[in-house]
Amino acid sequence: MANKHVNAIVVGAGAGGGVVAKELAANGISVILFERGGWPVYDECINDELRNQRTFVLGSAFGPDWDRHPRVLLGKDGTKRIVVANGWDYSHIAACVGSGTVSYGAMAWRYMPEDFKMKTTYGSVAGSTLEDWPICYDELESCYEKAEWEIGVSGDDRNNPFAAPRQKPYPMPPFENTKEGTLLSAAARRLGLHPFPIPMLRNSVPYDGRPGCIRNRTCIGFQCPVDAKNGTHNTVIPAAMATGHCTVKTHCQVAEVTTGTKGRATGVRYFDNKDREQYQTADIVIIAASAIETARLLLNSRSKLFPNGISNESGWVGRNLQGHAYTGADGLFDHDVRDRIGPGATFGLCDFNHHNKGIIGGGLLCNEFHDLPYGFSQFRPPGAARWGKAHKEFQVKMYRRISAIRGPIQEMPNFEARITVDETVKDHWGIPVAALSGERHVLDHEHCKFLSARAEEIIREAGAYQTWKTIGGKGLSGSQHQCGTARMGNDPKTSVVNKYGQSHQVDNLFVADASLFVTGGGFNPVLTIMALGYHVGNYIVKNWNGSKFK
Amino acid sequence: MDRRKFLKSTVTGLGTMAMLPACAYDPAPFRFFTQKEAECVIALTDQIIPADESGPGAVYANVVNYIDQQLVRVFRNEQSVYKKGITALQNSCKKIYGQLFHELEFDTQTDFLIKVESNNVPKEFWDGIDPAQFFSMVIRHTMQGFYGSPVHGGNKNYISYRLMKLEYPQVVGQNRYRRNHGE
Ligand SMILES: Cc1cc2nc3c(=O)[nH]c(=O)nc-3n(C[C@H](O)[C@H](O)[C@H](O)COP(=O)(O)OP(=O)(O)OC[C@H]3O[C@@H](n4cnc5c(N)ncnc54)[C@H](O)[C@@H]3O)c2cc1C
Repeated sequence: MANKHVNAIVVGAGAGGGVVAKELAANGISVILFERGGWPVYDECINDELRNQRTFVLGSAFGPDWDRHPRVLLGKDGTKRIVVANGWDYSHIAACVGSGTVSYGAMAWRYMPEDFKMKTTYGSVAGSTLEDWPICYDELESCYEKAEWEIGVSGDDRNNPFAAPRQKPYPMPPFENTKEGTLLSAAARRLGLHPFPIPMLRNSVPYDGRPGCIRNRTCIGFQCPVDAKNGTHNTVIPAAMATGHCTVKTHCQVAEVTTGTKGRATGVRYFDNKDREQYQTADIVIIAASAIETARLLLNSRSKLFPNGISNESGWVGRNLQGHAYTGADGLFDHDVRDRIGPGATFGLCDFNHHNKGIIGGGLLCNEFHDLPYGFSQFRPPGAARWGKAHKEFQVKMYRRISAIRGPIQEMPNFEARITVDETVKDHWGIPVAALSGERHVLDHEHCKFLSARAEEIIREAGAYQTWKTIGGKGLSGSQHQCGTARMGNDPKTSVVNKYGQSHQVDNLFVADASLFVTGGGFNPVLTIMALGYHVGNYIVKNWNGSKFK
Repeated sequence: MDRRKFLKSTVTGLGTMAMLPACAYDPAPFRFFTQKEAECVIALTDQIIPADESGPGAVYANVVNYIDQQLVRVFRNEQSVYKKGITALQNSCKKIYGQLFHELEFDTQTDFLIKVESNNVPKEFWDGIDPAQFFSMVIRHTMQGFYGSPVHGGNKNYISYRLMKLEYPQVVGQNRYRRNHGE
């Protein structure tokens, strides 16, 4: 039996997709929200340090599973490697309702006005497709506010002189500093810097019918045992379902966007939870499958009218894959500085996001989420013992005596860092998989050196007896902050969708996830993805005449 | 204090953290390793995380059981690397010392592993396998078995959590227990 026609299909129940589905459903537009994974189940990943979304040596608790979702890594020398989600090079976020927002660290950053105007602020960069966004901060401000209030953010940025202007304060008070955060804040202030509490998509007090945070150690990488961490799975998606206009279809792998003879999207072809091939028709199709999978889906949607994939006339689908090179410094102390109150990251700093001499962009700095015992066993100063008695002694003696500051560097988009599809490697359903290739722009590593040096100054000032830098920025980007693969822009020749996420070629096809990013900012991306979800959703609602999309 | 004296003193001195020295290890039936291979791996894990003043190490925590279990589950791709690596290790020891790895004195084992780490071992036994990389893998797996969740067969009695003074289960939220699946 054919599936009943609906107004809108949203592919991917993650950060962007969850928000869009809710915006449409709340305005009476019927939605089917497709998700390849299932609903997250707390009991399946309680506190297993070897199988979660941050350390996945035995598996990714929130997906994707290893058997059905391979990917391909293409080396510079033409080598080809098939990988599964047991390493960082696979570059996964998650595969469940909520996706990364179930298990994330929940930092909730607004980008700064400069982040939307990188080319205007810094000029062109050789070897990079650095560009301004087609929207500016002011156009997104109300969407940020909606994300903060509807999903729930704790914070206070009054001590951050670099904060983007806001109309309304955060809905919840900020988190208090951990011991380490207090120490680092004092040190940063002595250096003339401006520390403030990290804004978090986590309840500092009960909010919206769910309790306050219990300071779990197993927070980042895990689902919250008391539901005090706010993702799309426990906020907007249930709200969408409550309207009666949204059906969530889990364990459905969408294979392609189908098109009609006039070149408009007609719906999707997908495989249901029993691996049966199915078709769903709709008036509008919105793709929010994460930067890598959105690109793959567009590229796999080929037809006579769209031989290189749908919405890919420019050839830009899959290009400019970005993420965040993490960089920073570590220090050892002769007294306990970590109280191990979870999840640990409390201290933030935006002094180095922009206007650094000789640097294009920059990045924020935070103290790192506390690592768990196995994670800590992999953390050692340069030259320290990797095994044996000395390694064990360090483990026992230093677990509470280390501090780490890290930040995500703003990457320079590289046209050659890209997603293609590999015709010869298929997933469980026979769909060609995503192939990742290219590497970061050379400047990224240089910028990382700068930010690491700043981090080291703070740790040293805080009293560490030994400090060292960990400098990132080489190799291919992507990973949990993947973005940029379906760029928004005003020029159809150098972008994939317009400033509302609408395809330049197919007027009833939209993208609403991190793929839209022109540049990645020097911040963790999720609040901006959610804000874009509201932005795209709002445009669709405004242009919906009740039965048809104009 | 030499190691033998130390082991004696910890056995009597640690009370609640009862520990067994390597030689008194009670072999469990293995899923992947032969008894001989297991003895080699046990000795390796003992080198990587030895018992010391702070308390028991990888042998007590049953790390070999973690590795053995994962080799038939998640680490199936590493099966042949383990087989090859163990054989190469034993052959190298036989040639240099006239004994198998796990038969050597603790300090001699340490000296030998330092050689392995720098690929300073008889090349003829290491065809198609890199000594340093093999050892790095065993280090990684040993750390996982010792410091990871006990549900995967290692970290017996939450020993590493106790050494690091971490309460377990955490005294927050829902303290649900997860049983070892598939057992
Ligand atoms: C451990 C961890 C910590 C993080 N911490 C932070 C943080 O502190 N702050 C921050 O800002 N960000 C953080 N992130 C990143 C954040 O979660 C991501 O940036 C965000 O989820 C990306 O949103 P998205 O909408 O682009 O994609 P996603 O949220 O990944 O959503 C995509 C969804 O589409 C589904 N899907 C894909 N393909 C298909 C298909 N063919 N058919 C059906 N469904 C499909 C996927 O399963 C997924 O659920 C973290 C992520 C992780 C994993």
